[in-house]
Amino acid sequence: MYKFILKRVGMLFPTLFGVITLVFFMLALSPGEPARVILGERANKEAVEKLNAELGLDKPMHVQYVIYLKKVVQLDFGRSIKTGQRVIDEIKSRFPATIELAIFSMILASVAGIFIGVISATKRYSLLDYVSMFGALFGVSMPVFWLGLVLIIIFSVNLNLLPTGGRMDIRYYFVPITNFYILDGLIHFFKSGDLGVFLSAVTHMILPAVTLGTIPLAIIARITRSSMLEVLKQDYIKTARAIGTPEHKVIFKYALRNALLPVITVIGLQFGMLLAGAILTETIFAWPGIGKWLYHAIESRDFPAIQGGIIVISTCFVLINLFVDLLYSVINPKIRTE
Amino acid sequence: MKRLSLLLVLLIAALSLFSFSSCGKSGEKSGGVLVFGRSGDAAGLDPGRETDGESLYIADNVFENLVEFVPGTTEIAPCLAEKWDISANGLEFIFYLRKGVKFHDGTDFNADAVVFSLARQFKKDHPAYKYGPWKYWSAMGMDDIIKDVVKIDDYKVKIVLKKKEAPFLANLAMQFAGIVSPAAVEKYKENFANNPVGTGPFKFVQWIKDDSIILERNDNYWREKAYLDRLILKVIPEPTARYLALKKGEVDIIDFPSPEDIENIKADKNLKVVEQPGLNVGYLAMNQSKKPFDNKLVRQAISHAINKADIIKAVYGNLGTPAKNPIPPTMWSYNDSIKDYEYNPKLAKELLKKAGYENGFKTTLWAMPVSRPYNPNAKKVAEIMQAQLKEVGITADIVSYEWGTYLDKLDNLQHDMCLIGWTGDNGDPDNFLYVLLSIQSTNKPAQNYAFWKNEKFDSLIRQAKETFDRNKRTELYKEAQVIFHEEAPWVPIAHSIVVEPMKKNVMDFKLSPLGKREFRQVWIQK
Repeated sequence: MYKFILKRVGMLFPTLFGVITLVFFMLALSPGEPARVILGERANKEAVEKLNAELGLDKPMHVQYVIYLKKVVQLDFGRSIKTGQRVIDEIKSRFPATIELAIFSMILASVAGIFIGVISATKRYSLLDYVSMFGALFGVSMPVFWLGLVLIIIFSVNLNLLPTGGRMDIRYYFVPITNFYILDGLIHFFKSGDLGVFLSAVTHMILPAVTLGTIPLAIIARITRSSMLEVLKQDYIKTARAIGTPEHKVIFKYALRNALLPVITVIGLQFGMLLAGAILTETIFAWPGIGKWLYHAIESRDFPAIQGGIIVISTCFVLINLFVDLLYSVINPKIRTE
Repeated sequence: MKRLSLLLVLLIAALSLFSFSSCGKSGEKSGGVLVFGRSGDAAGLDPGRETDGESLYIADNVFENLVEFVPGTTEIAPCLAEKWDISANGLEFIFYLRKGVKFHDGTDFNADAVVFSLARQFKKDHPAYKYGPWKYWSAMGMDDIIKDVVKIDDYKVKIVLKKKEAPFLANLAMQFAGIVSPAAVEKYKENFANNPVGTGPFKFVQWIKDDSIILERNDNYWREKAYLDRLILKVIPEPTARYLALKKGEVDIIDFPSPEDIENIKADKNLKVVEQPGLNVGYLAMNQSKKPFDNKLVRQAISHAINKADIIKAVYGNLGTPAKNPIPPTMWSYNDSIKDYEYNPKLAKELLKKAGYENGFKTTLWAMPVSRPYNPNAKKVAEIMQAQLKEVGITADIVSYEWGTYLDKLDNLQHDMCLIGWTGDNGDPDNFLYVLLSIQSTNKPAQNYAFWKNEKFDSLIRQAKETFDRNKRTELYKEAQVIFHEEAPWVPIAHSIVVEPMKKNVMDFKLSPLGKREFRQVWIQK
């Protein structure tokens, strides 16, 4: 078991080195001089040269690469070209928003997705099955942009139940502590007895989490269904039923545990993707997360910001995969011995 | 110039009298929180460092300059400087500073603060120089204009120029020349951009990145205080979501609505809109270093061949108005007596025949890859133009590159015809006419993308640059626009229209032609 973990952790380093190197060269070789893009129509020659020197972009590429590697190892991604702030601070102030949103979307998507998948599989070819699988197809194909706006129009503007966007009612003048607002809301509650901040954080979470969770929900439901069907066909299930095990025990204890392996893989991958790719949801719901920030960084050729952002996100992605792999071995002991 | 500043002083005196007389009412006006829904977050809050509009909105309310733009106009008025003298040779300005003004951190505004704020942007040995880059300073060519900034006494500052430059005062009114608290810069160092301290009507409270910036009324303000208790700038990137937040009442006023929503907004009885042409121009430049664009008849033919109304309808919708001059109509010296080239393909063909291109010719039409207020969709504009040019026999292939490359190639004049545009900085016609059309600007990297060299035009705009009398300058620029029209180096296409929707109870919000968002005079009707 330890050997498996060690081997798996050891594989992290070459992967991350690959990411770090790839990010550097992809940017260094991409067209469009950053100084030119930053200055736009106003650029004159001196201004471009001055900015290039300030950004260290006038040095030869291999020199830039060595400087970059040295800094990355010390977790110093430099300062954002656009804002002049340390990239790591920029990430710190935004990543919690994305993580919080991704966690809630994935809880929603996993619980609902697995539940729907199991029901569909056990009631195969029933009306319930058709309705849920049609719903799942609909969920996968729905444009996030459109769904988000429709939800805002229905639940915020027409029914006046939920806010249109943001993480918190701005008139609370709330000063974040951990930057995880729901957690902050709880801390605030224990300190002052005022539940308002917590409730505001929760109500602001609902629509974005539903919007972001729809596609993973649909994917998880479909995977769970097919995986369950596969398992339910196997002999040990027949045996379990034959010896009179109660049906709920057959489904949830014997079948589901085996069926979960591919589902967990998908959940892990989807979660990783949400960390990086929630740009649309973040945009519609004015959610101050990292996806939108990274998108703007790419648009404005903010090299240090792009490098820092991609490295942090890739690291999370790799760590989640590691976690999923380790989880396999808990669920399925066979993997440990392989 | 002296007479002008005297006039302005009188005007201000009159205005302040007026505001005293309405003092009884100001009690009713004051109070309330205004939430401004905008499309993006600030990059930073140091007025000298930032170049994007979203950052400068903060400067508009937190910082002030020696001189200011009268709200809603491009006129210059005294602000932190009460008045100024100009030496006979036009190279020395002495500014007399206002006394008793305090920064938000309680320190005094004085000559040291002025020298500090400006010198940090160009003196390499200045202790705060390293917190740059001071991009706007370089972009406005300030290094070529200012020689030195010197303190004479605590309330007198001398600025020495390298050359006679009338637009210099307008530059000083721009956000980058905002006066910052030296004590605060020393305290926060590079983090001053997160903790701005100025003398303006609002002071900074809190910034949650990509979410909101909270400002609060400055109760120690040197002139009439702002009415609002608080001003919150909230980021809502998606235009329709922004409109929905306004409709639901979560925000009071929004920037840049989506063109599709404007009709709904205008029809909503709880909302109103303020609109005005932006300080920009989108145009087609014809490169005269290449044939056949060196021929005036060809350029005039193209001017007659293009139907601006069609382009505006298809691409700009409610957010554009046709252009006939190189400068926008909100700018002083705009020559409204010029009659635009009418859309007339028949006449265009005749002109081409006269020029010796009876069977037309083949050329390229370059289209920008990015969306700008002055041209939201250059590729679509290019397609429409392509079809219109085809009608008079000109075959134009559309060419486009990635934005940085596009600008580079334009600077090297590799294009035949190109779509491009300009957004003004300081409200001075020089900022359009000299930057974009002078002979000086044909040197590579060129900004005169038409490679247009007209001695007469050039001498007029150079003369205007060195004249301090506004009336004389106006005459010179008006005459220059007549030459521009006749010679047709560009086809001016459109000026964007800025539309600002807000709740009915938001009062006295004035749109600035310079794109500023000032809230000092804004109040909420209860």
